[in-house]
Parts: sequence; structure tokens; C-alpha cells
Amino acid sequence: MSAVAKLVSVGDTPRPVYELTGVSRFFNDGKVVALDGVSLTLPKGEFHSVIGSSGCGKTTLLKIMAGLMPPSRGSVMLGGTPVLGPRDDIGMMFQHATLFPWRTTAENILLPIEVRHGRKAARAERGRAERLLQLVGLGGFEDAFPSELSGGMAQRAAICRMLISDPQVLLLDEPFSALDEITRDFMNLELQRVCMEREASAFLITHSISEAVILSDVVHVMSSRPGRVVQSVRIDLPRPRTLEMTSLPEFGAYATTIRNLLDKGAFL
Amino acid sequence: MTDQAQMPADAAAMTDTVWVQKVSWSARVPRWVSMTVLMALFLATWHLVSISGLVSPLILPTLSDTVSDLGFVGRNLLSGGYMLSAFWVTTKEVLVGFAIAVTIGVTLGILVGETTFGERAVMPYIVAIDTMPKIAFAPLFVSWLGFGIGSKVALAAFISVFPIVVGTAAGLHAADANGRMLFQSIRASRLQTLIMLKIPSGLPQFFTGLKIASISVVGGAVAGELLGGGQGFGELIRAAASQLDTPRVFSLIIYLSLLGVLMFGLVTWMQHKFVFWDRSSTTKPVQS
Ligand SMILES: Nc1ncnc2c1ncn2[C@@H]1O[C@H](COP(=O)(O)OP(=O)(O)O)[C@@H](O)[C@H]1O
Ligand SMILES: [Mg+2]
Repeated sequence: MSAVAKLVSVGDTPRPVYELTGVSRFFNDGKVVALDGVSLTLPKGEFHSVIGSSGCGKTTLLKIMAGLMPPSRGSVMLGGTPVLGPRDDIGMMFQHATLFPWRTTAENILLPIEVRHGRKAARAERGRAERLLQLVGLGGFEDAFPSELSGGMAQRAAICRMLISDPQVLLLDEPFSALDEITRDFMNLELQRVCMEREASAFLITHSISEAVILSDVVHVMSSRPGRVVQSVRIDLPRPRTLEMTSLPEFGAYATTIRNLLDKGAFL
Repeated sequence: MTDQAQMPADAAAMTDTVWVQKVSWSARVPRWVSMTVLMALFLATWHLVSISGLVSPLILPTLSDTVSDLGFVGRNLLSGGYMLSAFWVTTKEVLVGFAIAVTIGVTLGILVGETTFGERAVMPYIVAIDTMPKIAFAPLFVSWLGFGIGSKVALAAFISVFPIVVGTAAGLHAADANGRMLFQSIRASRLQTLIMLKIPSGLPQFFTGLKIASISVVGGAVAGELLGGGQGFGELIRAAASQLDTPRVFSLIIYLSLLGVLMFGLVTWMQHKFVFWDRSSTTKPVQS
């Protein structure tokens, strides 16, 4: 129940992890406005998603938050310091697992450690990699090569790689959209479990309304051209969320609200 | 078990609609049979044409002459005769030329594939030189390096360096955007990205270039010998041709092709060993 209490309270909002103010991004000498004045706050331990049609600037927003791309205007603060480049306290995941076929699963997971602290440190952390693999149900696959993993297994390994450096905040760009629906539902619940266990904050990009509602404390609905946050919808459903909740009337109401916002955004 | 009890009734009601899928007869014959048949057809045609008297034996030697000459050259090679030392000369030119081509090719390839300066300023010149008929440089190499092994090594390396440069540079661009973004997000240095991402991603392309080079390096060495004399197999071919000893030319060429097969096989084996995760590209034929 503490999770629910955390959601509804307005007076004592948790410490913000991310604070974006007036973030804009232009491409092609200002001819393409990918993002226009996006402001949002991600408090500690919360799960937020961004939903919007493709090409509305979601990936651009995530890259800016991750420090992979500078904004044209505005500021991005993470844990009280400005984001001026990639940082170790951010964990990222993309649509494709991006495991390297010449590394075993364990070596892939330890890649961030190897890059930051060297081969020796990576070898020392092997036990942790094995425990993470166990956590996502891939125990025993340490020495398997990615070609031996299915799409869902590969994405689970990618989750482990993201978690190996104990990030404060997870940035997820449509991480499961390449998977079939059954696997995706399962992976989403895994993701929720991982976030709750570590009290990590998460920021998920998706174009699935039900995925956004089932996972999030807040859903930011984006419009395209220019990319703007039309509205941020708070989802007051208890945690942990389950797939059965999709049949609740509240769930349907949230989904309808978001769908209407999306439709309006698309024709503005 | 109830299923089986009902089976006869169902089977009686339903007739099988079995039909034979058409498969061309050539697809059903095992590969080695097709290859043997083709070879037999070729040899038989050769034999018939050469004994028919339509073509002068100076142009097309008989099959039996060629086979007996193959035996003669083979014995000379095995007994360590003058042909073996010529073979060693050519082999040395090929190996040294290949080593030089790999060294220069990889260096230039990294310069072109990894640096903006290389891509913008160096690459256009490499493409320009690559389009030249490189064999035409043979007389130049002879006048610079003499009639010895040096001029042949230079031509062999010169001809085979370009596919290596192109393969290396293309390989370094092969890593996809997701992999690059991942390395960027974990704050990998440029050197780490090169060694841990770009080089392994690019190995298949690199080896494709290396395979093309491994074949052209033999051609380069022999072309150097045909045009600049020396002690190698090319010189033996030139001498045999000038004496109108066509069977000898044929059998020398056949033995020479062993060198090309050997080089190609060596590179393919290395690719199989080092690019163990990309089995598909090792069996594909090389297109130059
Ligand atoms: N590097 C870039 N150069 C030029 N335009 C870009 C670049 N990245 C994204 N864009 C443009 O910005 C808009 C938003 O892209 P993106 O953030 O990838 O959208 P989404 O992830 O929501 O599908 C698109 O119109 C796209 O064409
Ligand atoms: Mg996107």
C-alpha cells in the first residue's frame, strides 16, 4: 500500500530525479522542430511514460535526457546537476537488444563495467552478472552466445546490462516493441518488478496505450510537429500492477482519456 | 486411444490427396555428381576437339599430352627440381606482397574509415588510383626496383592493397547506430569504441576484402614476372609459351592456380576462426 500512498500524495512529492524545463530541439537549421518547450519532472521512484505517434520526438527527448544529444534550448537536470553528456547513473535500453555476437551473454552484460573500469573489474563482477541473469530467468545462459537466445531472452539480457551499473534512473526507448504481445506483457511486469525492487525511477517511451497505463504513475501524452507534451495524466492504480487490471473500468477510462488526447494532438 | 478407434471410419470418409511436388531432376542429383559430370563433359569435348585435327596442337594441346606434362612438372616439383625453386620464388613474392598489402591496407583503411580527414581527403585519391589499370605500373616498378623479386612484390602488393583498404574502411562503418549509441551511453572512449565495437563489427567486410586480395596478389606476382622476367613461375610460363610448348603452359598454369587456392583457403580458414559468430559470410563466394 505504500506504493499507492506515494502516488496520490500531492503535498509531499518525492525528490525530483529529472527536471526538464523548456527543452527544445531543432534539426536542419531550425526547419524541423522536433521538440518544443518540453517541461516535465520525474520524481524519485516513479515510473513515467511518454506516448505519442511515431516521429513526434520521443527518441529525441530520451537522447537529450540521456546526454547523448544536447538540447537546442532549455535545461535538463538530473539529481540536481545539469546533464552535459552521458552519465553512469543513467541506464538505457533501446528497441533492439543490441547484444554483440562476439561476446557471450555474461560478457555482454559486463560490457559497461569493462568499458568504465577495465577487464579486471569486469571479471570481478561476474558473480553479479550471473545473479542478474538468474533474476530475469536466464540462469545458466552466462556463456551462451546471443545467437542462441530468442528475442525475448536477448531483451532480458539487455535489461541485465542496463542494471549492472546500478543506475538511479532507467531510460527505455520502446524496449519491447519488437517482441510479440505475450512476451511483451510478461517483460513489462518484469520491468515493474525490477523498478520496484530497486526503487529506481523509470522513463519509458511507448506507443502502446495499454502498456503506458499498466506500467506508469504518470503518462505524458505528446503531440507531433512540433513535439510537445499535451498533457500529463496521473494513473491512480495500486501497485504492483497486474494484467487483470486491464479489465478494470478505471483502466478503460484512462485509456480513453489518453486516446482522446492523442487524437487531438494528431490533428492539431 | 479413442482417437484411434474412430480412425478407420474417418479414413474411409476421407481420401488422401497426395500429390508429387515437381522438383527438377538437376536439383535431385547430388552436387558432386553434377560437378563430376560437367568435368567429364569438358574433358571429353577437349579430347574430341584436339584429336579431330580441327585445331592445331600449338593452340590446343591434346588432353593426353597435357596430362603427361602435368605428371612431368609434378615430378620435377616433388623431386626439388628447377621448377620447385621457381615455385618458391613466386610463393615468396606472393607472401611478402600480401604481408605488405595487409600492413599498408589496414593502416590506410583505418585512416580512411576512422578519421574525417581520411574519409574526406584521402579516400577520393584511393578511389582514383584504384580505377587505374594497375598492371600498367609494372614497367615503372621494374625500373625502380630492378628485375629481381622486388618489382614483383611491389606489383603484387600494389594490386592487392585496394580491396583491403576498401574492406577495412567499409568494415569500420558497419557498426549500426544502436551499437554506437550504446557505446556512447556507457562513455566509451574513441579507442575503446574502435577496438570493442567497430573492429569486431567490421571483420566480415574486412575478410571479404582480404579474400579478393588473396586472389589478386597471385595475379599481381605472376603479371610482374611475365612483364619483368626473374626466376619465378611466370618466367617458366613465358619461356614455355615462347617455345610453343602449349601443354607445358597449361600444366604450369594449373600448378600455379594451387597457389591461389592455398591463399584463398588460408584466408577463409582465418575468417572461420576469427569471425566465428558470422558463419554465413565464410561460405559465400567472393564478388569483386
Ligand atoms: N539526427 C536528426 N537529424 C534530423 N532530423 C531528425 C534527427 N533525429 C530526429 N529527427 C527528426 O525529428 C523528429 C522526431 O524524431 P524522433 O525523436 O526519432 O521521433 P520518435 O522517436 O517519436 O518516432 C522526426 O521528424 C525526425 O525526422
Ligand atoms: Mg523513436
